[in-house]
Amino acid sequence: MAATERDVREREAVRRRRAVPASRVRAGARQTQAPPQVRPRVQPGADTVVEFRGVSKLYGPGGIGLERATFAVNRQEMVFLVGATGSGKSTIMRLLIKELEPTEGTIRVAGRALGEIERKKVPYYRRNVGVVFQDFKLLPTRTVYDNIAYALQVTGAGRKQIRATLPDILRLTGLSTKLHNYPHQLSGGEQQRVAVARAFACHPPLLLADEPTGNLDPETSIGIMQLLYRINRAGTTVVIASHDNEMVDRMRRRVIELRRGRIVRDEASGSYGSSDESTGELGQRLHREST
Amino acid sequence: MRRNAVPSFAALASVLVTTLVLGVFIPVVQATNGAANDIRSRVLVDVDLNPNATNAEVARVKSELKSAPHVKSVQFVSKQEGYEQERKLNPQAFALVGYNPLPDIFRLTPTNPGESGALRAELDQSSPPGVRLVTDPAIVDVQNRQAQTNTILSATRTIKLTMALLAGLLVLASVLLISNTIRLSLFSRRREVEVMKLVGATDWFIRWPFVLEGLFLGALGGAGAIGLLALAKIALVDPLANTFKLISQPNMIDFRLLVIILMASAIGVSAAGSGLSLRRFLRV
Repeated sequence: MAATERDVREREAVRRRRAVPASRVRAGARQTQAPPQVRPRVQPGADTVVEFRGVSKLYGPGGIGLERATFAVNRQEMVFLVGATGSGKSTIMRLLIKELEPTEGTIRVAGRALGEIERKKVPYYRRNVGVVFQDFKLLPTRTVYDNIAYALQVTGAGRKQIRATLPDILRLTGLSTKLHNYPHQLSGGEQQRVAVARAFACHPPLLLADEPTGNLDPETSIGIMQLLYRINRAGTTVVIASHDNEMVDRMRRRVIELRRGRIVRDEASGSYGSSDESTGELGQRLHREST
Repeated sequence: MRRNAVPSFAALASVLVTTLVLGVFIPVVQATNGAANDIRSRVLVDVDLNPNATNAEVARVKSELKSAPHVKSVQFVSKQEGYEQERKLNPQAFALVGYNPLPDIFRLTPTNPGESGALRAELDQSSPPGVRLVTDPAIVDVQNRQAQTNTILSATRTIKLTMALLAGLLVLASVLLISNTIRLSLFSRRREVEVMKLVGATDWFIRWPFVLEGLFLGALGGAGAIGLLALAKIALVDPLANTFKLISQPNMIDFRLLVIILMASAIGVSAAGSGLSLRRFLRV
């Protein structure tokens, strides 16, 4: 309970503060001295979906992926991880899907320590975490329908169930007319939509997107961000790693900035704008601000 | 499989070729071994009897020899029979001698050709006491044609060892070739496996289709190879079987058994190869 009160006080403090835009990251990255570590903004509570506590990941001697990272992401939050290449964004993502194990520290997702999940049980855990990648990672020899259906098939869903579930997902992602196309017949934006649809097919409580707009033009990127925003508004916690600082600024959500594996900034969305924006309003604003 | 036609075809072709080579090699190994064993069975021990031995003594020695260890069969060759046989081989020498110098003999086949030396020692009257098992005054001499026996034994042993080594190498090469081709085929699909893992597919959910594909490719490759072998058997081997003794070895593998062995190996190696080769791509 105390943690929740502290959390509210911190949120208020952050609201009063003028947030630093994510676009300053590039300038900061040129500094040579060790980046300062910030205190975690959000304390874990009952609503916490993701919790990193003192997590470090070393890739061999001298290769720092992440250094004593401590932060928490609450239910229905949309959080951006920003930072230059090699700052640790993707390491956080890979740790969250248990592709990597931390060198030290504890990661909890929905209250469960990832370190306690046996290797055999990892697939079952991953079904509760949707993942979107920069390079889409679609199955090239399967149609759009089959790509999305695969995520349901692995959970043991039957054909009937898949047939009942997929139309909603296809409508949500605007892929209803591309059902029988193969990935190579789609544009980059459409492929990323398929990847988002696949990640969201099981309605996971947590969705991770690693540079989802990295390969896309600004116009298409807005469409993908709108889609992720829509999913977030539907109740899914969304964590997005991005180095597109302008886009991140325009989204006006919580930003965690990383530099050489350290969290150097954790800013709330409060000072940026309302979270009550509809998806359409967000799209209009993003278009307006991008011109 | 339709989605990965080229790598699958490569795997199919390697299974077919390897099975075909195995299908040819197994009967060749068998024929060679059969021939070697046939030669080894000619290793004999001759027991010369006293020229003045009575019928009772001959019967006694025969029963003694039959009950002696390391003896597979006993054949009595009388003076006259021996004379006839030898005169055919060397008529001029026997014409010069003018009479039959040969004794009655017992021709023994040892249980194991390698034991002919031991058998000789057991019967020979000049062997030291303790080694001799049959001591009969009617036995004059025991011969095992030492030089000839040694040559036969060492030559056939070398042939058998060489064939065993070649067979081992071929089986190893077959397994490596098939598993390597399957691994290459899987390598081209590693991204697919990676994606499957990331969306939460269990190892067996991913593995089963690959194992089934391996089974199918193995069966198809094996069937192709067996078809070609059957064609070769009908068109080449069967017509030549009457001419060449090597092909018509009585202990040559039955074609149906060969088919079963080849099919089982092709399917087993392909399916197991697919399942096992996938392991390293499952560590995502």
